[in-house]
Amino acid sequence: MPEREVKLTIGPQHPMLKEPESFLLTLRGEKITDMTVRLGYNHRGIEKACEGRTYIQDMYLVERVCGICSHSHSTCFIQAVEEIAGLQVPKRGLYIRTLISELERIHSHLLWLGVAGHEIGFDTLLMYTWRDRELVMDILALLTGNRVNYGMNTIGGVRRDITAEQIPQILSTIDTLEERTKYYVQVGTQEITLRERLSGVGKLSKEDAIHLGAVGPTARASGVNRDVRHDDPYAVYGELSFNVITDDHSDVYGRTLVRLGELMEAYKLVRQILKQMPEGPIVVKAPRKIPAGQAISRYEAPRGEDVHYVKANGSDKPERVKVRAPTLANVQVVAHMLKDGYLADTPIVIAAIDPCFSCTDRAIATTNIDNGRTDRMDWPTLRTYGIDWYSKQGIDFAELNRKLRTMRESN
Amino acid sequence: MLVEEEKIKQQLAERFGLPAEKITVQRERRIWADVQAAEFGEIFDYAVDKLGFVILATITGLDEGPTLGVIYHIARESGIILNLHVSVPKDKPVIKTVSVRFPAADAYEREMVDLLGMQVEGLPPGNRYPLPDGWPAGQYPLRKDWKSDTLGKTPVSPESEASRGEEVKEDA
Repeated sequence: MPEREVKLTIGPQHPMLKEPESFLLTLRGEKITDMTVRLGYNHRGIEKACEGRTYIQDMYLVERVCGICSHSHSTCFIQAVEEIAGLQVPKRGLYIRTLISELERIHSHLLWLGVAGHEIGFDTLLMYTWRDRELVMDILALLTGNRVNYGMNTIGGVRRDITAEQIPQILSTIDTLEERTKYYVQVGTQEITLRERLSGVGKLSKEDAIHLGAVGPTARASGVNRDVRHDDPYAVYGELSFNVITDDHSDVYGRTLVRLGELMEAYKLVRQILKQMPEGPIVVKAPRKIPAGQAISRYEAPRGEDVHYVKANGSDKPERVKVRAPTLANVQVVAHMLKDGYLADTPIVIAAIDPCFSCTDRAIATTNIDNGRTDRMDWPTLRTYGIDWYSKQGIDFAELNRKLRTMRESN
Repeated sequence: MLVEEEKIKQQLAERFGLPAEKITVQRERRIWADVQAAEFGEIFDYAVDKLGFVILATITGLDEGPTLGVIYHIARESGIILNLHVSVPKDKPVIKTVSVRFPAADAYEREMVDLLGMQVEGLPPGNRYPLPDGWPAGQYPLRKDWKSDTLGKTPVSPESEASRGEEVKEDA
């Protein structure tokens, strides 16, 4: 029987996808011959909403453009506002902003590594990296009060200072994470299954990466040496020394190595920031009304270049806010990478550009149906509640945990 | 300081006879230029090919009252951004696509089509972005006179979502 072309729609709701988007794949056998993307299912009208709100409200709004790189968006936005207003943000404020940026990159890249592991059936890697990611989330919570949507920024600086007691905690966490990441680098370079599964998958040549406008680790893994932190330095990146990690594999394997390399660089950056951070004020007072003007701000988010354009009209609300998140630049690249590849590679190729998806908070609000009362649960209470709930269903891990402990101790 | 930026400003001014007040060096690595729609294509090509602005950071669309504005944010690898601004009349908002040179522009231009009612000549056929299929015609959310309650007063026609489904069925 002659081979027929088959069209396969994936999405907008599909178990493979972490957020709604729709792909129409044309298949010849197991090979993808063409693909079109339909986006916009998550369009929330944030740019329009910004025009009707004050600058400070907008800052919190754009922080919610993304659940992972929330600090990226709020920083990118206020950098533009601060430029229009002519504000000189104090050095210490900029250092703290940069510190949160790099901690955010660490949590985002560790998250990606887990997702990548999961997509290729290497769930041990997911469990390991997401366990480690908790460490950096704890540090972010310690410094900002939140695991995501940190609310650390304000126009003119940052809202919270870093205390002397917090610094050793950050450093010791970074030491641990660095050790763990070294192990992942070892896994990445020596584990044959991982290397073979990812090599040659989702190919993107350097020429195509440049032509199609790929950004972030996706571009750098195709040998494109572009990083806004280095090329158009903002915050205090001009005072820090770091390497822009590139790789020539030009496939998903290369994208993995770049992110691993960027994790190692991020640890170095955090140490440098803490060492070089000057004493002094963390914020300057910003006017409520921003004078007329316009500015463009660029920021190297974990996923790539984030671009914000802000136009001010002299009132307390912006005339126009434009956001170009990195995924929009990279999603065009995905179609190209999937072409001539296998259908089974689709999940990991899409995941390899690290498309954005939301992260949940650890505290949950529950409403008691009987009395309508709302309670907040913190993590330990939620954990205890979970263990109790399962033991009532007859599933008890206490015995298993005890056994594992004895085994570990006897080793 | 600003040597490179001033040089670019001078090159643009000399070659295209742009008045000095139309080109501004805002700060290090930031240049803004206001150009006429008729000469935009030529200036854009020159900036990309001859001045090395090879990265398209994004395209911003603006509602400027009687006109619609477009800003092409193009960058050099060394970090300098040239922001080329052009205005077209609102009753005939036609621009030419730059997606041949920069395929990534496809999404940015479709965004202006959907949200501002821009007409982009030469845009290849493809899915709309970002509004849903069946969004009422003539409703442009980023125009200043558009309010979110405007939509409630317009009947919504669920046309193209159905046709997409059929297309898949036929081929499968």
